[in-house]
Amino acid sequence: MTAETGLAALWLAAALSLLQLALGFAPGMSKSGSAPIRAVAVLQGGLTLFAFAMLVLVFATTDLSVALVAENSHSAKPLLYKIAGTWGNHEGSMLLWVTVLGISGAALAIFSRRLEERTFVAALGAQGALALGFFIFLLFASNPFARLDPPALEGRGLNPILQDPGLAFHPPTLYLGYVGLSVAFSLAVGALVTGRVDRELARAMRPWVLGAWVFLTLGITAGSYWAYYDLGWGGWWFWDPVENASLMPWLAATALLHSLNVLASRESLRAWTIMLAMIAFSMSMVGTFLVRSGVLTSVHAFAVDPKRGVFLLILLAFYVGAALLLFALRSGRLSEGPEFELVSREAALVGNNLLLSVILGVVFIGTLYPLFVEALTGAKLSVGAPYFDAVVGPIALALMALITIGPLLNWRRDSGERLKRLIIPALLGLGAFIILLMAVPQDGLLAKLGFGFAVALFPASLLPLLARKLGRTPLTTYAMVLAHFGVATAVAGMSISSLTTSETLIAAKPGEIVSVGPWSIRFDSIRPIAGPNWTALEATLYATRGGAIETLKPQARFYTDPPTETTQSAILTTLTGQLYTVVGQQVGDRWQLRLWWKPMVTLIWLGGALIAIGGALALLGRAWRGWRKAGVR
Amino acid sequence: MTGWLRFTPIVLLVLIVAAMLWRLANPPDTTVHSQMIGKRIPQFVLAAAVPGVQGLSSTQLADGKPKLVHFFASWCVPCIGEAPVLDELKKQGLTVEGIAIRDRPDELAQFLARNGDPFDRIGSDPESKTQLAFGSSGVPETFVVDGRGVIRLQHIGAIEAEEIPAIKAAAEQAR
Amino acid sequence: MIGKPKHQRLVLVVIALVAVLAAVLLAMWGLRDRAAYFYTPADIEAGKAQPGQSVRLGGMVEKGSVQRLSDGVTVRFVLTDGAAKVPVEFRGIVPDLFREGSGAIAEGSLGPGGTFDASNILAKHDERYMPPQMGNQSAEHQTAKTVAK
Repeated sequence: MTAETGLAALWLAAALSLLQLALGFAPGMSKSGSAPIRAVAVLQGGLTLFAFAMLVLVFATTDLSVALVAENSHSAKPLLYKIAGTWGNHEGSMLLWVTVLGISGAALAIFSRRLEERTFVAALGAQGALALGFFIFLLFASNPFARLDPPALEGRGLNPILQDPGLAFHPPTLYLGYVGLSVAFSLAVGALVTGRVDRELARAMRPWVLGAWVFLTLGITAGSYWAYYDLGWGGWWFWDPVENASLMPWLAATALLHSLNVLASRESLRAWTIMLAMIAFSMSMVGTFLVRSGVLTSVHAFAVDPKRGVFLLILLAFYVGAALLLFALRSGRLSEGPEFELVSREAALVGNNLLLSVILGVVFIGTLYPLFVEALTGAKLSVGAPYFDAVVGPIALALMALITIGPLLNWRRDSGERLKRLIIPALLGLGAFIILLMAVPQDGLLAKLGFGFAVALFPASLLPLLARKLGRTPLTTYAMVLAHFGVATAVAGMSISSLTTSETLIAAKPGEIVSVGPWSIRFDSIRPIAGPNWTALEATLYATRGGAIETLKPQARFYTDPPTETTQSAILTTLTGQLYTVVGQQVGDRWQLRLWWKPMVTLIWLGGALIAIGGALALLGRAWRGWRKAGVR
Repeated sequence: MTGWLRFTPIVLLVLIVAAMLWRLANPPDTTVHSQMIGKRIPQFVLAAAVPGVQGLSSTQLADGKPKLVHFFASWCVPCIGEAPVLDELKKQGLTVEGIAIRDRPDELAQFLARNGDPFDRIGSDPESKTQLAFGSSGVPETFVVDGRGVIRLQHIGAIEAEEIPAIKAAAEQAR
Repeated sequence: MIGKPKHQRLVLVVIALVAVLAAVLLAMWGLRDRAAYFYTPADIEAGKAQPGQSVRLGGMVEKGSVQRLSDGVTVRFVLTDGAAKVPVEFRGIVPDLFREGSGAIAEGSLGPGGTFDASNILAKHDERYMPPQMGNQSAEHQTAKTVAK
């Protein structure tokens, strides 16, 4: 019954989304105000959430009469992973997608108060339109509640590698990000329909974009760290098509965030902001399509048949095409904002948008290039790190230069007076660069420049706080400082670890001592051990660099069902870096060991976390400002 | 100038969607195709893979009649689904020779008992040497070899029921 | 940018165009030397790959060709597609599915002496033609049983 209830709720919600679409755009509806469409949006979101809850229930109780559960779950799974299994498959994760879409619409309906009514109604209508298409896909091509008759005796989804807490929470975090951007898309569509692109729109859109962006930043950072410790190769970003699919919405959302600030403060960059809002969610939809259609091969991809891929492609083409058409037809009506000069904060933010868009463009082209080449010439090729590092790196450096300068400029016109404060940071950066040039004579120019810019950005990001009464500085300023400081942190981590990582690859006998970087490591022993559903060969390593002796135990693990081998790396985290150890195969009486000493590598993810916290602070700061204003009668 | 420019993103979208549709219709082909098509089969003499059924040698494949050479194994799961198709091909008059790769006689015998035995002869290729020499890289794969011992067709993967006429036609052409 | 708003709008449009153009040109420059073609041993023998060029080479690992060097971490083997062979050298921990008689893809470049210098090895299941619903579980089980002699 649970499954049927869930399915019924989905059908109802789908019908409501159609109603929502009608209420949003039908002429003459504006007379009733926004109350009806708000109610519909809230109900639709609520029903979708209910349907999702039913699916979770069906997984939590391992209802084997539901095909999806029989395929992907198992009665012996721990409860946490039974629940996480709800979204660990195509249909379930698609339902999660639609649920976040519905809840975002409902939240927009409940919490948005300050937007002009017709724009608001049109935006909710657009949100309904988005939901409708995906409901149709879900109900007709990816029904999560399909029954299995007769019910299975046991589930088939007990792959232990997928039972990982990081893996369990990765999708919901990312989906809150991707699908949260739908609100920006809908608001942009609403604003184009009514022609009201102004600071009111920016202020209405901003918290949604901020919230989605914080989740995306966290999701991408966490995903990177998970891949780093789990895959055993010591790498933290592979430019895998699916990784790129998560990066592209983030790039667009970052540009949008900054553009919204211009629109909110100065009412400039109207067309750009609208376009970015549409591109950001379009990138989310493209990402969903790429992962589920089989168009790009990747370890991440779900196995889905091409018919579903075609369906998603048509949905995508329709939504993006309609939005672009609307933009083409209506953007001419948008009046341009007040002018600004070359040396001004607006100009710096235009530059910021430009650079982020170029990065988005080259990543997009690089990800799709193999597809185009094969379609046109039949040749098979792959585009990987050599391309992406070479094209994205220099632009990222230019972006860092802007981050040091931009926050110090006034709106509209700046004399450049305050830029003099950058002399010391610039000198520090230059100094760091020159030191690296001498200390690390071999290749790595990009990383050395990156570190130079990062060293300059550390103090430069704090400069907006200089000569201000810190107690009276708005929280949003602190948020910006923290986020930019986080960028410097992450880039510093990337540069230093790429320039100074030491690696040792050796076949050693137990008892031997090997070294990597400043570490001296004794390979003490290797012995078989067993876990609940695996056996492993565990090596014991004793590592020291002159001080205390640390123990590391990397494993070569064998799971029985399904039979798979994995490497479990052992990582030692210190203040100055990480010691990353992996054990490989036996070679005669020796064992392969791969050891890395990665100085400062943790700064990468610390930086990502700081950026996300900065975003959260900005959200908090704006909310606080709103509450305080509301409190003042 | 800004007039037509505003429509260029749509044009771009159309191009990208077209490329995606092409890709969905032509999934990426990660199979390794044999370079041996049009060439004579390699020389080989394979011992019997199962007691009671003769082994296979290359000379037997150049006796003037076109044949199907089928690479399989008892541990190959799609081979189970393909068994009725091979039976049907045999019923329609084609000769099917088998080469079992990296297998054991008792397990092969069980496989044949359970799924049927359309093979005239079955050679044992314990190290995949002959398989590689044919340019085959996986199982199941079926080759159409003509009367002179020249490889005419390679079919990668299990033969579907709808493909029986095509295989038959290829064998006819290989006279 | 001092001037009427209409002038400024034109400048912004131009900047947007510059962004798109810059992205395309930059991508083209980057892709020229850094996209890795996929070749088979026959392609290598035909000279399609330039020495030093980053490519991917796919084929079957020839039985009996795998040699482990005395350092314990370098492995040499031969990739073949039935018609041609290419010697490959790889320094690292090979993936667990890497076996003689199995499919593999080597990423790297052709060295001056004709040996392929691999920086990464991807191993494939030799039993590839699983119907999608079945997954590869039972196949791995069976392969493990029979290949282990």
